[in-house]
Order: sequence, then structure tokens, then C-alpha cells
Amino acid sequence: MSATTATPVQHISEDVPGIPFARLVQVELRKMFNTRSGFWLMMSIGIVAVLATTIVMFVVPDEEIKFGTFGTAFGVPMAILLPIIAILSVTSEWSQRTGLVTFTLSPHRASVIGAKAVASVLVGVVSMLIAFGIGAIGNVIGAAVNGVDVVWDFEVTDLVYITLANVFGLLIGFMLGILIRNSAGAIVAYFVYAFVAPSLLAILAAFQDWFEDLQPWIDFNYAQAALFNPGGPTGEEWGQIGSSSLIWFFIPMAFGLWRVLKAEVK
Amino acid sequence: MITVQNLTKTYGPFRAVDDVSFECRPGAVTGFLGPNGAGKSTTMRIMTGLTPPTAGNVLIDGKHYRDIPNPGRQVGVLLDASAQHAGRTGREILTLSAMTMGLPTSRVDEMLELVSLTPSESKRRVKNYSLGMRQRLGIANALMGDPKVLILDEPANGLDPAGIHWMRSLLRHYADRGGTVLLSSHLLHEIEIIADEIIVIGQGRIVAQGTKAELLQSAGSFVTSGDNQALANALTAAGQAPAAVANGLQVSTDPAEIGRIALAAGIPLVELRPAGGAGLEEMFLQLTSDTQREALAPTSGGMA
Repeated sequence: MSATTATPVQHISEDVPGIPFARLVQVELRKMFNTRSGFWLMMSIGIVAVLATTIVMFVVPDEEIKFGTFGTAFGVPMAILLPIIAILSVTSEWSQRTGLVTFTLSPHRASVIGAKAVASVLVGVVSMLIAFGIGAIGNVIGAAVNGVDVVWDFEVTDLVYITLANVFGLLIGFMLGILIRNSAGAIVAYFVYAFVAPSLLAILAAFQDWFEDLQPWIDFNYAQAALFNPGGPTGEEWGQIGSSSLIWFFIPMAFGLWRVLKAEVK
Repeated sequence: MITVQNLTKTYGPFRAVDDVSFECRPGAVTGFLGPNGAGKSTTMRIMTGLTPPTAGNVLIDGKHYRDIPNPGRQVGVLLDASAQHAGRTGREILTLSAMTMGLPTSRVDEMLELVSLTPSESKRRVKNYSLGMRQRLGIANALMGDPKVLILDEPANGLDPAGIHWMRSLLRHYADRGGTVLLSSHLLHEIEIIADEIIVIGQGRIVAQGTKAELLQSAGSFVTSGDNQALANALTAAGQAPAAVANGLQVSTDPAEIGRIALAAGIPLVELRPAGGAGLEEMFLQLTSDTQREALAPTSGGMA
């Protein structure tokens, strides 16, 4: 044994600064880009926006060459890609087991989850801005190529509302990631939420009068459609977005968070 | 100093960790030895706040892990070298840790050099790493923050013999500077090379603890004869508890006593020596024989 009584003893120091939240956000942002799959998922946002814009420029009739058409063209792919980015930022900690390192380096799991949420929303907003930028360029070029006047049929507020709608979708994905903690499971659940549930609820509303009146207040997808109305949602519609988000976002999110905070990481 | 106090973790009726208490002191390398599924990893996950204990607690210098500010700078942890994103490069994994801890990226290069991962290896994705390379990366990750306490789960797993000796000098260096080192292994051979103090766990319970020298001393004798069955019966009749180990018997008394019993019973011996002479192997098997999966019942049938 080489350890002797003369050995110095090192103790944990208590007066070192903790990890600032901004640094956690930075780390989470980097994690979204520094895997091969993550990198191409991010690239796909730009690629999809360019592809959609190009197709619109050459396919759409002249009178439809306006900014709104470009926005609609990349709207659907963005509604799929952004939630997947948010889902993977959460679920990879469990699916790839990186949580063992993440949660030992920063044991306050709520901060890590918060940083992931901020990073996901940042990526979502910047992606929308990039998509709008590409769409705007497409609109100018498309008008020139097709010999028509450039039409800007969108107000800045419309862009804000559309971005908000995409951020809502992204947050639903994030919530499902927290709740399910499995990449494939959460992505499937998002598709059910985004593409299966609306038609089922529409059928229910068509046959049941009581539900038709209730739907705007409890169906988050339905309530959000108001964001795409010219001029944005009315006060009542904001109330519907709020009340339906309680059911579709806040309650499941609270339950998922509670489980994540006390669950075993292994 | 790591202090584990009456730690218990149950999964339904299964007690993965059962009232475990021990201490790891600074300046020593403590080996946490036990067969697979003995509760080593569960104990280490509880230490680092990843698994909530059912009862008891673990304190590191008197603090719970989650109350240590920026813990990566104080406690180096490696729980599973394979728990990394397969699509991320080794260098990126270390960079993320350096960022989280607030260290400059130059620290990443220092660590890569310390664990002998070349620059080109560090740019490969982890899915292309061998287990030994993953272990080296995991050790680099644990040492990056220049911690005072190290908690390493099976760090030598997948390392070649040269790598195991490299790890011994590395951990020795940490302990000599006054650091606390706890490492687990299911291989006695590894613990024997690396550790000063040993804690043996089996089926969630501590079955032995002490310095390597102390545990060697209490290991008793190893004996073989032409008829082990008869020898076992004679030893049992004399009040000993022989255990079948390898091709002989393990008895927790000194060789002279065994010689007398064998002489009295008229059983010629082939080999008789203190068990410690051959290493801790017999001790490990002996200590875990009643708690491990494989039945090691000495003389089933004959002794009934």
C-alpha cells in the first residue's frame, strides 16, 4: 500500500459557481447539430425550404406567384420536421443513453429539460425565419422569371402567427418526448396527434352537435387554425387556444416532467 | 470521502441493494468487487443521483451529489462507457462535457492525449470504437474536470493487460494526490492489481471489506487430496466448513490445523497452502459462494 498518513486530502469545494442556464442552452444547441443524424435533420430544413420554393416558382400559375403560396408550400414539411427535432433532443438522452453523462454533469434535471426547451424553440424560430427568407427570395425571383409583379400578401403579424403555430407544434413534440422518452414512440404519437386525431375529432363534430360547440375549446389543433386567419385570432379564439392547450400540452407535460424528475436514469 | 449509509434499493420484491454501508477514504483506491448483478452499478447510480434510493443515503464529503455545484469539476464519473450517442465523434463528446463544466476546449486535447486516443481516432464516430477505446474516452470524460473524487463503474472492462496497468498508475496518481477513488469490477484480477481497499458485494449485501492485506490474511487455506470427498467429510467432522474451489477445498483455518485433521483421518494430501498465496481468487469465490448464482455446494450427496 502506497497510501500513507502523509497523504494530502482533497475535499469538495462548495464555493465554486454552478452551471449557468445559458451554458446549458449552448450545450443543448450543439448536441442538436453534432451527430450525423442531427446534422442532416437540421440541413433538411433548409433543403426542404429551397425545394418547396423552387417547385412553386416553376409549377404554380402566374397569378398564384405570391408570398403566401411559398409560405404554404414549406409549411407542412416544417410542421413535421420541427417537432421531430424537439422530440429527438429529449428522447436521445434515453434512447442513446447519453442521459447517464448529461444528468451526472448537471444533476438538476429540470434545468436540463428547460435548456432543451429553449434550444428547441430557438431552432424552431430561426428555422422559420430562414424558410421565410428563402420563400421571399423565391417570390422575387419567381415574379421576375414569370414576368409578373411581386405580390406580398402577408403582413409581418401573419408571419409571427405562423411562426407561433409552428412553435406550438414543436412544443407538442417536446411534450411527447418528455412523456414517452422513446424516439420512435414519440414520433408516432406526434403523427397521430397531428394527422389522425384531427380527422377523428372532425368526424365526431360532424355527427355530435354537443361536441361541435365544444371542439374549439378542447381541440388544440382546431383552435390553432385561428392563427392562420388574416389578422390572427380574436380574443375568444385566444381563449380557445389557451383552454385546449391545457388539455393537450400543459397537463400531459406536467405529468411527463414529474416522471422525468423522479425516474431512474440507466 | 464517500460515505454510504444503510443504502437500500428495492424493485418490487427484489432487493438490488440491501442495507449497504461503507466508506471510501481519500488517498486510497477502493475496489468494489462483486459478481454480475450484485448491486454495484445500482449503488453507483444512487451515488451520482441518477437512481433514487429506497432508504439510506450517500454523501460525498458530507453532501448529496445533486447539491454539489458544477459536479463534473469535483466528482469524475464513468458509469457505462457504451452509453454514448453512436453518431457523435469522441472529440465532440468530450467537447460537450468541457462546455458543460465551463472548461476551455484545450482541455479536450489534453484529455485525449492522457488516454492515448489519437487525433484521427478522436474524429471517428463512437459506433466505430472498440470497447477499449470507449473506456478510454469514458475515463477522459471522467478526469476532464480534474475531480477530487472518482466513481468508475467497470472502467477496466475491455482494456488489455497493458491498459489495466496504465489505469492502475493513473488512479494511483489520483489517490496519492489525496483524491478518493472508487472503482467496481466483477473481475478479481483487476481489483487485485488496482485497488488498496476492497469491498466485496454479493446479492446486494456487503460480504467483506478491508484492505487487500487484511482480506488476504483471512482467506484461510487451500487443500487438495486424492479423495477430496473423504477430506471434506473429515474436515466437516472436525468442525470446519470446507468449500469446493477449483480442484480442491477452501477452508478458513490455517494449514497446520488442516494437516493435523488429515493425518488423524489418514488422508494423504496432494497440496496444502495458505489460500492467499495464489491470490484473492479463492477468497472471492469463497465470499460469494453462498450469494452467487452458480451453486458451489461442496459435496452434495456424499455429505448429506
